[in-house]
Amino acid sequence: MAMHRITFTLNGARERVEVPSNQTLLQLLRERLALTGTKNGCTAGECGACTVLWNGEPVNSCLVLAVECDGTEVVTVEGLAHDRQLDPVQTALLEAGGVQCGFCTPGVLLSARALLDRNPRPSDYEIRDALTGNLCRCTGYLRIIEAVKAAARAAEPA
Amino acid sequence: MLKTKPAADGHTPVGDSVPRLDAHDKVTGAAQFADDIQFGPGLLQARILRSPHAHALIKRLDVSRALALPGVKAIVTGEQTPGYIGLYLQDRHIFCRDRVRYIGDPVAGVAAVDEATAEQAVDLIEVEYEPLPAVFDPVEGTRPDAPLLHPDLGQYEAVNFIFPKPGSNISNHFKIRRGDVAGAWAQCAAVVEREYRVPHIQHVPIEPHVAVAKWDDKDKITLWASSQSPFAQRNLIAKALHLSQSQIQVIAPYVGGGFGAKAGVSMEALAVVIAGAVKGRPVKLRLTREEEFFTTFVRQGLVARFKVGCDQDGRLQALENTYYWDAGAYTEYGVNMTRAGGYSGTGPYDVPNVKVDSICVYTNHPVGGPMRGFGMPELHSGLEQAMDDLAHAVGVDPVEFRRRNCIRGGDIVATGMTMHPTGLPECIEKAAAAINWGHKSSPSAPNKRRGKGMAIMWKAPAMPPNAGSSARVQLNEDGTVMVSLGGQEIGQGTFTVMAQMAAAALGVPYDWVKVAGPIDTDSSPYEWQTVASRLTWSMGNAVSAAARDARRQILEMVAKAWKESPDDLDIVDGQVISYKSEEACSLKDLVIYGLPNPDGDGWIGGPVLGRGSFMPTYVTGLDPETGQGPRAVVHYTTGAQAVEIEVDLDTGKVEVLRAVAAFDVGKAINPDMVRAQMEGGLVQGISTAFFESLQLKNGRVLNPSFVDYRIATAADAPPQLEAIIVEVPQDDGPWGARGIGEHSMVPTIPAIANALYDAVGIRLEAPPFTAEKVYLAMRAAGVVQ
Ligand code: FES
Ligand code: FES
Repeated sequence: MAMHRITFTLNGARERVEVPSNQTLLQLLRERLALTGTKNGCTAGECGACTVLWNGEPVNSCLVLAVECDGTEVVTVEGLAHDRQLDPVQTALLEAGGVQCGFCTPGVLLSARALLDRNPRPSDYEIRDALTGNLCRCTGYLRIIEAVKAAARAAEPA
Repeated sequence: MLKTKPAADGHTPVGDSVPRLDAHDKVTGAAQFADDIQFGPGLLQARILRSPHAHALIKRLDVSRALALPGVKAIVTGEQTPGYIGLYLQDRHIFCRDRVRYIGDPVAGVAAVDEATAEQAVDLIEVEYEPLPAVFDPVEGTRPDAPLLHPDLGQYEAVNFIFPKPGSNISNHFKIRRGDVAGAWAQCAAVVEREYRVPHIQHVPIEPHVAVAKWDDKDKITLWASSQSPFAQRNLIAKALHLSQSQIQVIAPYVGGGFGAKAGVSMEALAVVIAGAVKGRPVKLRLTREEEFFTTFVRQGLVARFKVGCDQDGRLQALENTYYWDAGAYTEYGVNMTRAGGYSGTGPYDVPNVKVDSICVYTNHPVGGPMRGFGMPELHSGLEQAMDDLAHAVGVDPVEFRRRNCIRGGDIVATGMTMHPTGLPECIEKAAAAINWGHKSSPSAPNKRRGKGMAIMWKAPAMPPNAGSSARVQLNEDGTVMVSLGGQEIGQGTFTVMAQMAAAALGVPYDWVKVAGPIDTDSSPYEWQTVASRLTWSMGNAVSAAARDARRQILEMVAKAWKESPDDLDIVDGQVISYKSEEACSLKDLVIYGLPNPDGDGWIGGPVLGRGSFMPTYVTGLDPETGQGPRAVVHYTTGAQAVEIEVDLDTGKVEVLRAVAAFDVGKAINPDMVRAQMEGGLVQGISTAFFESLQLKNGRVLNPSFVDYRIATAADAPPQLEAIIVEVPQDDGPWGARGIGEHSMVPTIPAIANALYDAVGIRLEAPPFTAEKVYLAMRAAGVVQ
């Protein structure tokens, strides 16, 4: 397998690694870099558990090749908090009780973060739409939707 | 029953919606799941060769070509697994030996340096099968001329409350015979007879099954698994491999959704056996999403026949129900679902004359196993529609009908047990009021129709009569508390609730309490399984007993030091106080190093360690012919759901506009988390009502992916959902609590079905209620042209 040297920004820090051409970003994160916060629920782009931000866009990292990440920026759940300060979507999800087993949670958080970045005041419909790619079997979604609304409110100037 | 003493500020952690213990680690990505554990470069990967036939004999099996592939470390087959495994009925080999019984049955396992190599080796294994006639329908499976799946059924070991019928495909038959059913029909003013089917579905935890196993050279086995049942897995795998339980250590971190899929043993034993062939190396078996859909437990299919009758006042007189469970190739766990479906087979109703037959049938389908509700969602689906039909037939409003007939405290249930106090009538009232029962709101467009429906439910923890729990409560130097237990955090929030109980029973703030994880059978106290919605009640009793034990030790020590009576002392907010002398002392100053001896030199006390255990002792056997006995179960959680829907006449699409859930949980230890269970279960119920079905054709699951097997997404959650807590305390529950995890999806399908009938007058034979099916049924009924 051909190897490629790539350089990319991961959670704000520069990362240089050598990756085989068939390695996915999800494999690189979980198996090589031991960043296991990003989850694998299907390896097929169907569940959203592996969602990360790729140049600010939410993507299923199981469908992105690691080599494609050369020169790009990736944010995982581990990179959401800053200086031990949780991101408002993390706080909101925690407070709304939108976490049960927690397996969908990292993906949900990144989809929510991306939504709020491009649309700070999403409607109920827009929130649901942005989250349809993130399957959750536990919560029934309502508390997740409420959390995104709360995070949006928290970001509004008082 | 425990009473909670409030802290100085009147505050107690029990009954308070404190934040989850595990939420912070779950929102930062720090929470560890089984697949996240790092094993280093020595880790081998396993893949499984599975049967492509629904039923066949294995004529020849040759692994030599596969074994020669570079990178392959070992291959195991049924030759290595002569023993049987199973929870209630030991009817399966870990790897098939002479016969395969479903598409997906494990035939061989490969360990290799990586997954691709293991996969390649699987393809190189040569197997010759001789296909056999198969059984794909449970009713046909009971016929005398049906192909036999388990000719050795008579030799299998079974627990004493399961009754297999050797020489047939029936691995359990539970019966209730009460009163005079045949004579009662004549007294009925209305009788309804119906057949309903419930398709197989899958649990679909978002975390797939994963197990890593390692044997050392002294045959000590370590198994890391995503598991609801570390202790049961240790027990069953030890028995199957003729090892002693203490040779197996199961380590189980957070579970990314279980719903029953990760109870008992499903795929974990495969990893253990493969690892036995490569001693010293850890071997990981991680199921693909495709494998999840047909090689682990699925929810059994059901063919249910109902006959129910009432007098002209709408009082139930007789019920004759037959349940044929499509239990799949192995029924080691399914036999007890059949039993639960039998003893709870009347639903939550007071009926004088009852005949129930609940029959567990082997079929060449995926293996039926426990799923959230354990048979109750399946049987309530049809039963609650039949009751609705009966109400209409006798001209009584469906809610009023349920009011008149629902089970109440003091009633004798169909098995002969006296019903404990229950809040079911209150759940019915509250759900009806919240949905504004009796008022029809106008549809949002002329081509739409609205309707409301209600369904009620009951469910008891289904388990052996003596399933036990145990716990330890230890105090740390800083006065904080460590609770050790063996029940698993699968998302339901049990660690949080246990911490609340320990805090309240001991007298410390909630945030002083931690729960030791991951669950580890070498160091965690015994717990039967994380199933049956039994932990809040059973493990809760063990944890509170352990906390009370620690509290007693502390108070006795301090009483001695202060020369007071323990009765005058209390622990409030982490301080021991005396109501008499008004002395006070922080826990941290005494729980490890004790206190100076008041009568001179030396010390008294020492590290405080509380222990508690709980096991119900009062459950009795039931007569095999009549199902009668003094106490069939520990208790029933009851509840009601009501929905308002809107049907699109042009497309058949059904939208749930509003949903209400009301359940009697005895006591909500954490009300917000109780509501979260009610919400999550209801939406899972909605998902099963509208989308979910394993499409089986000649034993093959045709839709093993998220694209073809759709589950509810954020877009499908109802716009309004109200969860109502009813609290009629359980006499032996901690603070009166009983479980709620599973119950919340039990009545959802029939509530929606009843609303569909209310809206457009149609009944469908089986979920899912797809737009197409609804539309065609409306056309057949002349609702639309
Ligand atoms: S793991 Fe990538 S979408 Fe499911
Ligand atoms: S919290 Fe379990 S899948 Fe979402």
